[in-house]
Amino acid sequence: MTTSQATDTRRRIYHRPEILADRSTHYCPGCGHGIIHRLVAELLDELALGPRTIGVAAVGCSVFAYDYLDVDFVESPHGRAPAVATGVRRARPDAFVFTYQGDGDLAAIGTAEIIHAAARGERISVVFVNNGIYGMTGGQMAPTTLLGQRTTSSPTGRDALTTGYPIPITEMLALLPGVAYAARGSIADPSAIGKTKAMLRRAFEIQLAGGGFSIVEVLSTCPVGWGMTATASMEHLANEVVATYPLGVMVDRPRAVEG
Amino acid sequence: MTLAAEAAPPPVRPVLMKGNEAIAEAAIQAGCDAYFGYPITPQAELLEWMARRMPELGRVFVQAESELGAINMGLGAAATGARVMVSSSSPGISLMAEAMSYMAGSELPLVLVNVMRGGPGLGSIGPSQADYFQATKGHGHGDYRVPVLAPSSIAEAVDLVATSFEVAERYRTPVMLLADGVMGQAMEPVVPTYRVPERRSEAWHLTGADGRAPRVVRSLHLQPEELEAHNRHLQAKYRTIEEREVRWAAERLDDAEIAIVAYGTAARVARTAIERARDHGLAAGLFRPISLWPFPSAALAEVAARSRAILVVEMSAGQLVEDVRLAVAGRTPVLFHGRMGGIVPTPGEVVDVLRRAWATTEGRPQETR
Repeated sequence: MTTSQATDTRRRIYHRPEILADRSTHYCPGCGHGIIHRLVAELLDELALGPRTIGVAAVGCSVFAYDYLDVDFVESPHGRAPAVATGVRRARPDAFVFTYQGDGDLAAIGTAEIIHAAARGERISVVFVNNGIYGMTGGQMAPTTLLGQRTTSSPTGRDALTTGYPIPITEMLALLPGVAYAARGSIADPSAIGKTKAMLRRAFEIQLAGGGFSIVEVLSTCPVGWGMTATASMEHLANEVVATYPLGVMVDRPRAVEG
Repeated sequence: MTLAAEAAPPPVRPVLMKGNEAIAEAAIQAGCDAYFGYPITPQAELLEWMARRMPELGRVFVQAESELGAINMGLGAAATGARVMVSSSSPGISLMAEAMSYMAGSELPLVLVNVMRGGPGLGSIGPSQADYFQATKGHGHGDYRVPVLAPSSIAEAVDLVATSFEVAERYRTPVMLLADGVMGQAMEPVVPTYRVPERRSEAWHLTGADGRAPRVVRSLHLQPEELEAHNRHLQAKYRTIEEREVRWAAERLDDAEIAIVAYGTAARVARTAIERARDHGLAAGLFRPISLWPFPSAALAEVAARSRAILVVEMSAGQLVEDVRLAVAGRTPVLFHGRMGGIVPTPGEVVDVLRRAWATTEGRPQETR
């Protein structure tokens, strides 16, 4: 048997998803957006959703998601992505619609929009990236910032007395009957990333089945904003952030909204 | 019976309609695909009409959590190419200013109805024209303009709804239909024949990238040169709108020595005042801007050149009057009469002002007649 006749038995386990544009991102070293973009792209590929997807880009570092995910996108004003997505989904019932929002966008300025999209059981999927900080504007405190965490606008550490407590918004949303799926994952290690992908898949499939509103909060990193190395930020995520924001599925009722 | 008689359509009888409901139905007849709103007086009947009619036609109706929600739902629906109407009244329009800026930047067509009430702040629920500056000079941030159409009868409002959709889609811009509490609440006969703007499929509609390159609807351009180029493009579009979309009406101006400039409900009052003034030998006429932006400056300048005075009548402290002064450019005196707080000026008040204007400008030479 010659080499030329040998059967190639290598199994392809890794490739660039078609939806993921072949260009380097503007994100900082160690930023979690790259991983989460990839998960979204893999799922859009695997579920063959590219041709019918309309994404809603929110204000923050990830507004440029449309530069990296090759699907139709509309850019939203800060915090309004769930309202914009509502308009898209209602006007095009055949579209697959997702928002990609940070924690400043979703849990501060956009609280009214996210709560009411969830309350209506809007058939959209929300990718909620929580890094506990306003990354794009230079690392200010967000409603999600951990107690004691130093940021550029809480220079001595977040103090509950004057700035309150981290907001567990996904748990809050899970209380609403219109929410078909709410879960929290992380990108701290390959195992967590795999679980997060499974959560996103479930969220997307529930939208496709018309089941209601779905949200996956993804705990992510901001090494520059946190003042850490990329490695240290991953350890901080796995050890500290998860202690405030427990991982897991909060609600999974695929027929929250009938029809 | 002749063939012609058989073929003749049944006569279309006018129906009595409330302004808010007539505007809503006109939008439906113009092919409005989606409506988003939030309750606020004095436009609530518009939302209520849509709540009943849109679902029965299989179209989109959502009562949003706020005016922010409503206008941003409109933004999303417009991005897909849907024909969208959103309505509110003054305080709600202030909340929508942000999205108007985004839609101007993203070049999204949408018709926003403002049924104006008294301000500032919570103000009153009475009719007002105090949002002229807000409507015509921009609502939100950035260098942008929005075409503003102001009806002065409910029949005209119905017609201008179709025009608003046409202008919005022709130029990829939000358009404001500017009414006031009287226009919204009054009932007038409307002939239920409607114009349906032609529907086009555009190369920017978000429909899913099926067999084509992905599309992005955005207003963000971080590179200064790119953003300046985008602004130049927008400004060129605005110049085209200024050339092509100016609308006004002239009434009894042929022999008028004093011209009243007024729009919307104030123009209705002015019309009555002009009739009475003429009974007393005062030759007055009405110049009525219909497009408040683009403002009919050139036409008004001509009127000013042959008038001994211009009288601006508004339901505000004096906002339209600034555009009038710019157009008149000192050719003739510009006088002003305004009421605020939800009060509509009476024809008697306007006649009194006309009399004084007549007396103080007696013998003033006019350039041309």
